[in-house]
Formats: sequence, C-alpha cells, structure tokens
Amino acid sequence: MSQMTTPVVTPPAGTPRKPFFSLDNRYIAPAFITCILLAGHLSFGILESYQKTLLAIVTSIALEVVLGRIFFRKWVHPASAYITGISVGILVRSPAFWPYALCSAISITSKYVLRIKNQHIWNPSNFGISVMLFLAADTVATLSIQWGNYLLPMLVIWALGSVIIARLHRFHITGIYVASFLAFAFLRSWMTGSPWQSEVAPITGPMYQLFIFFMITDPKTTVRSKRGQCIVVFLVAVGEMILRLRQVVYAPFYALFIVGPAAMLIQIWMDSRRASSARIVARP
Amino acid sequence: MTPGRIARVLLTIFFIGLLFTPVAMKRYAARRASDRIAADMQTALVRHGFYLTEVSHAAGIDFVHQAPTLDPKLAPIMPEVASMGASVSIVDFDRDGWPDIYVTNSAIGSKNALYRNMHDGTFKDVAPEMGIADVNQPGTGVSTGAVWGDYDNDGYEDLFLIKWGRPELYHNDQGHGFTRVTEQAGLPAWINADTAIWFDYDGDGLLDLFVGGYYAEDIDLWHLNTTRIMPDSFEYAKNGGRKYLFHNLGNGKFEEVSEKVGINSRRWALAASAADLRGTGHPDLFVANDYGVSELYFNDGGHFREVGQQTGVGFAPKSGMNAAFGDILNDGNYAVYVSNISEDGILIQGNNLWMPKQGTSGNGLQYENLARDFGIELGGWSFGAQFGDLNNDGTLDLYLANGYISLDRGRSYWYDFSKVAGGNSTIIGDAKNWPAFDGRSLSGYQNKKVWLNDGAGKFIDVAQAVGVTDTYDGRAVALVDLWNRGVLDVVVANQKGPLLVYKNTVAPENEWIEFQLEGATSNRSAIGAEVTLYWNGQKQMQEVSGGTGFAAQNDRRLHFGLGKNPHMEKVVIRWPSGKVQTIEQPALRQLHVVKEPA
Repeated sequence: MSQMTTPVVTPPAGTPRKPFFSLDNRYIAPAFITCILLAGHLSFGILESYQKTLLAIVTSIALEVVLGRIFFRKWVHPASAYITGISVGILVRSPAFWPYALCSAISITSKYVLRIKNQHIWNPSNFGISVMLFLAADTVATLSIQWGNYLLPMLVIWALGSVIIARLHRFHITGIYVASFLAFAFLRSWMTGSPWQSEVAPITGPMYQLFIFFMITDPKTTVRSKRGQCIVVFLVAVGEMILRLRQVVYAPFYALFIVGPAAMLIQIWMDSRRASSARIVARP
Repeated sequence: MTPGRIARVLLTIFFIGLLFTPVAMKRYAARRASDRIAADMQTALVRHGFYLTEVSHAAGIDFVHQAPTLDPKLAPIMPEVASMGASVSIVDFDRDGWPDIYVTNSAIGSKNALYRNMHDGTFKDVAPEMGIADVNQPGTGVSTGAVWGDYDNDGYEDLFLIKWGRPELYHNDQGHGFTRVTEQAGLPAWINADTAIWFDYDGDGLLDLFVGGYYAEDIDLWHLNTTRIMPDSFEYAKNGGRKYLFHNLGNGKFEEVSEKVGINSRRWALAASAADLRGTGHPDLFVANDYGVSELYFNDGGHFREVGQQTGVGFAPKSGMNAAFGDILNDGNYAVYVSNISEDGILIQGNNLWMPKQGTSGNGLQYENLARDFGIELGGWSFGAQFGDLNNDGTLDLYLANGYISLDRGRSYWYDFSKVAGGNSTIIGDAKNWPAFDGRSLSGYQNKKVWLNDGAGKFIDVAQAVGVTDTYDGRAVALVDLWNRGVLDVVVANQKGPLLVYKNTVAPENEWIEFQLEGATSNRSAIGAEVTLYWNGQKQMQEVSGGTGFAAQNDRRLHFGLGKNPHMEKVVIRWPSGKVQTIEQPALRQLHVVKEPA
C-alpha cells in the first residue's frame, strides 16, 4: 500500500498532460488512508495500540528524511514515508513493538538499496511486510479480519477506493485484478472441490480491498504502459492463484513481491535496449 | 572510495542487518527456551521448586473424552464445530474431606465420570451408581461442562450440568446419590452453552446461576434446519446464544432475570467467572467471548452494567476462551487472564492479562493488557488456564492448556480457515461455505505452558522442564490438592483425549497453608468469600469460586504457598454476607476449616 497513491502519475510519453493532482494534492492520499485508519479504529477498534502505529509512522518518516538527505541531498517530502508507515501500522499485527519499527525500516531502506537504473523496483511496504511474514512468522501476522465481516465497511472502502483510483486513471488495474481473481476463484473451486464461496471470500474482506485498490496500483512500482499494467496485474493474479493452490496464506503479498519487480526489471531492460538502439541509429 | 560510495556500502550493511534481525530474535528466543528444557525431577526441583508427574492410569483413571457427532450437514467441518465438551470440575461431593473429580463426555450415549477419591492415591468412578453418568442420552444433547454449588444450603454440593442441549440440575442427596431436579428448578428446555458459574449476585445467601450461551438456543445441533449457524463475523459476532441469570428463589426454583438485571448479550460466550473487583462486596461478572470482545459486568448490588469498553477489556476483539482471576503481584488486586489464539505467521491475537491500571479503582477502575510485559502472551491456540502457586514459593503461577484440533500432523487447515474467516458475513456465517477439514489439523499438537511467576512481574515457561510434555488438545484445567499434601496438583481435560492427572512434587522447604470455608449467613459453599493472607509484610488475595477458567472449577479449598521460613501474620476473611473475620497467625502446613461466625 505504500506509495499506493503516489500523487503524481507520470503520463505516457509524448502525451503532455497536466497532472491531475497538483503538488498540494499529494496530501490527498495520506489524508485518505488516515481517514480509513481512523474510521476502522473508531468503528471496529482495529488498532490495539496507537503507539505501535505511531512507531511505524515515525520510524518510516525519520528514516526517509535521513536517507533522502544523505543520498539525494535534499529533504524528501514525508508524504510517501507517511503512507508506508501507516500501511505498516495497519497491516502488521504483532503483540511486540519491534516488528513495527523493523518493518518500516526495512520498507524504507529497501527503496534506497534495491535500485536498478536509479529506480526502486519493489513496492516498499509490500517488500517490508513480505520479508517480515517470511522471516518473523512467529511474531508477525497481517491484518486479515479486524475490519469485521460486514457489508457496510466493505461498501465504503469499495466506493471510496474506486473514486480515488479512477481519478488517478488506474482503475483498470484494479478492475483487471478483480476480474482475474474471481475467475481464478471459480477455477480453484472447480479444481479443489472447495465451496466457491470460500474461494471468493478473501476478496470480500476489507484488508484485501486495500490491497487491490492501492498496493497493486502503486505508480512507482508498476510499469508505465496501460497495456503492460494490465498484463502485470493479471500475472499477479496468476501468481496468487498458484500460491493459493499451494495453500499460502499470504498469497497476494508474495505474488506481488515476485511479479512486481520482475515486471519492473523487464521494463528497465527494454528501456535500456531502446536507448541503445536509438544511440546506434543516431550515430552518423 | 568516494564518500557517496562509502555511504552506500554502509547502507547496504545496515539493510542486511535489518533483514537478519528477525532471524537473530528467533534464535535468541529459541536459545532461551532450550535453557529451560530439563528432564529429571531432581533438576526441576532444584531449578523451579516443583515437578509434575502424570499419574492418571496409576490413580485408576482411564477416561478418554469423546467428541459429539452433530448433524450430518456439518460433516465437512465436524472437527471444528464439535471441538469442545471436555471439562473438569473438582468437588468433595460426599464431604469426606478428600476432593473428587467430575469429568464430562460429549458423544451421544457416552458417560460422564465422577471419580471418588479413595484416600489411597487412587480414584473410583462412581458416577453410574450416583446417577450422573448417563446424562448424554439421545434427544437431550451432550455435556460441555459442570459446576458445583450448594444451592439449597444443605451442606452438599449440587451439580449443574452445562450442555449443548437440555441443561440439568442434580440435587446431591447427602453424598449418596443425585436426584434430577431440572424441571422443578424451572430451567429452560435447551441451551447450547459452554460456560456457567454459581455465584450469589444479590447477596441473599442463596447461590444463583449464570449460564452463557454459545450457539443460539433455538438450534438443535443434531437436527439442523439450516447450516447458517456459524458466527456472522470472526471478531464482531453477535448471533450467538443468549445469556441467562437464574435467580435462586430459595424453594428449589429459579427465576430467569438476566434482562431485568442488565445482562443482555448474544456474543458467543466461552468462559465466565465472578469476583469482587472493586471491593464493593458484590461479585462482578467477567465473560470471555469467542469471535468478539470480552464483557465485564459491574454488579451494583443486584443490578449489572456492562463496562467492557469503559474499563478497557472490551475494545479489541479476539477469541476469548478463558476467564481466571489471580492476585499475581501479591498486592490485593486481581488480574484477569483471557486466552486467545496465536498461530505463527497467521494470526497473532495474543492472550490478555488485564491488570488494573495504577491509580484507578472503584467505578473508575480501568485495565491494561500486560500479557506481553509479563511474558504470558503467546500460548498457541489457548484454552483453559488457572492461577495457582505450583511451587509454594508465595506467588501465583499459571497453567495453560492449548491445542485446537490435532489430526494429520503434516497437513493444516489454517489456509482454508483464514480464507473464510476474513470473508463477508454471508459467507462466514454459513457452514456449507467452509471447506472440508479432510483430516487436517488446526493448531494441533501444541506444547502446554506452565508459566512460573518470579514475583517481580515476569513469568517463564517451564512446562517441558517440570514434566508437562503432553500435546493433547487441552481444554479445561483444574487445580486441586488431590491428596491433602499441601501442594496443588493439576487435572487437565483434553478434547478427544485422556483426562490427565499431574501429581505435584514440591521442594519441601517451601511452606503452605489452606483454607476450607463454610458459610452460615452466606451461601454454604462460601462462593464469593475473599481470603487475604498476610505474611512477610505482603499479602495475597484469593476468592472461593463457583467456576473459573474454561469449562472448569478448581477445588473450593484455597491454597496459599508461602515460600521458605515465612513469618505468618494473619488471615482476613470477608464473607459474602459482608462479615469480616480475622484469624491471627494461623498455623502453617495445615488445612484450616473455617465456618462463618454467627
């Protein structure tokens, strides 16, 4: 979910267009996720501890500011780190304090270490959470049910998420994913004999909605072309399908963890090839 | 090397360090745990001051719990919906001065057992001749628990049988047998309950009865009209069974007054216990609910108000399965222990230890969850837990039973469970939407926890070191000095498993004292009587309970460990009637039988 709604969406090359959100509008995403957090907490008590969420946010912002200063020689705007921190605060569930700080630290640091051609390729919070689930499974789980199982919160998140994502021109990503998930759910039901309702069930949970609306749509870690985005998100759904057949509880996180960077690498490689070809053509 | 490059190398090292941190934490925790693994009794006695030896077979107890088989429509998830019913309660039903054991069975046609203490280290099942064995007959449901209380003050403990089905009240005929008095008492025809407690909520000297429903009471689990019987939410469900408070009218009849006195809930109750948490003289009621928040009812003298959110215990929803009180810091305040679910990497709810917040009391009482700080947070799929001084060192320890469904060791149901549990209420609420268990385990084969209290705010798990090595699906725990030796033994009821009797061997240098109370103006069982023991400049408070933990009842006799060479000061008994009795310097190493003064 980190950078889930990075405020400036890069328009396709050659089609100059005024960015939908101006600089000031970068606060919309943090404000929106804060509202979701507060609504979830005040209505369902999703946070057992304000301190843990605060720890995740503070760690995230502090590290971003320090690393940005050191490596980019500028004061990086904290909006992105705030979203990473709050995402960690919502999604990580642990009775201990340290996983919140550690997950934020891993998420932010990954942006500065795991870079190819000056681009980070993993969605930071997806990276951090996947690492924590994989390496600290005895202490960490993710939010899965704490938003209740009722229709109203589901409708609210679907409605608000759809509006935000549509305004960012990224609803096609969510749409393709949902359609793919549903198709694969019925396929899994047919293959495994599980009731189809149980296969569809995850997508009806609020946590999952956060994933499909925001994490997979992160502009910084999705490919540029619309067609490419559709293909990639379909492949995320395929990866999730495979992991679900292996009964991996956190299939969506791991699928994005694998497919997302792979797609970015391919794009970087293609850009590189295109640049070399252009240089060759340009050479007299 | 340029400064930028150096910074990048340092950052990479930092990043690798971050990635390695969880691995290091895990290794550190594993090393600490392995330090506490010891095998033989002598080592355990030296290190921890006690050792538990499982002696059920040698003691003549070969009871194995049988789970119910419910309506065939539930067959795919039968292990889950039929996962409770094993219970244990302690009673001296024949008043011979030796505690006896009553255990429930849960298959239709199966027999409950009443193990009479034969005074020679063995027990004999006398339930058939006493008339309380064949209580799971077709059409009447099955047993899920039992609590004992002398509702008619004739000096003999009577039996309330908790069931998924027709609840039963049996009158104890002076230890010679039991007479079924359910209809005369005015109890309802059907309740699907897992918890009940005896307590005198209105202080009239007569024991009343609280019963907490689990499945809705209009459901006959053997003849279902619908499969929509599951909770409509994993953590916010309110479609469970109703609650009952049966007010004892004193003529063998009870009147259901729950709504009248302010108890109105349809959460899925799994455990209840009562204690005077505010020093008002009225027992407050704590209810641990599955699929939701716990409820705390302050008793304002016969009328209750639910203060879960206000006090802090009713905000974060979990899967409450236990309610036990313990003065774990020897400061005259009760902590409340509620067990929940923790499964590595999937669901880390953590158990709750609700401690009174510093500076709060009375109607402003608030609690904070300090389970992690005290080291008793993670106990797997936790069920029954009881506080008791297992090594007689003067502080209350904690025994926790756990493990949900142990079937195929190599295959887990967790993936399917988590898939459906997170789904919409229309999906989770219908049993037919749940994938079939197909022989898989769900948090099975778990190691039990025996947490030893260091008296300074930390507990350490010594289960493996002190001989508790079983991995059955533990449900109910009862603590009792089975053989009048001045030590607490442990009896554990396991779902689809054997009844375990852990005989305790305690380092002899630690002293002890015990109290057996009998009410006169108060209810004769003295349930609700509060005993505060003062020694070595400290005090510990315990209360006679009419049911505590999960599906369990400890011995009504109160056991206090005192440590080495204690200087005994006094014991103060506050009877449910309000009378206060003080005994100066009671003798050590004795069971004191105390009757309420006229």
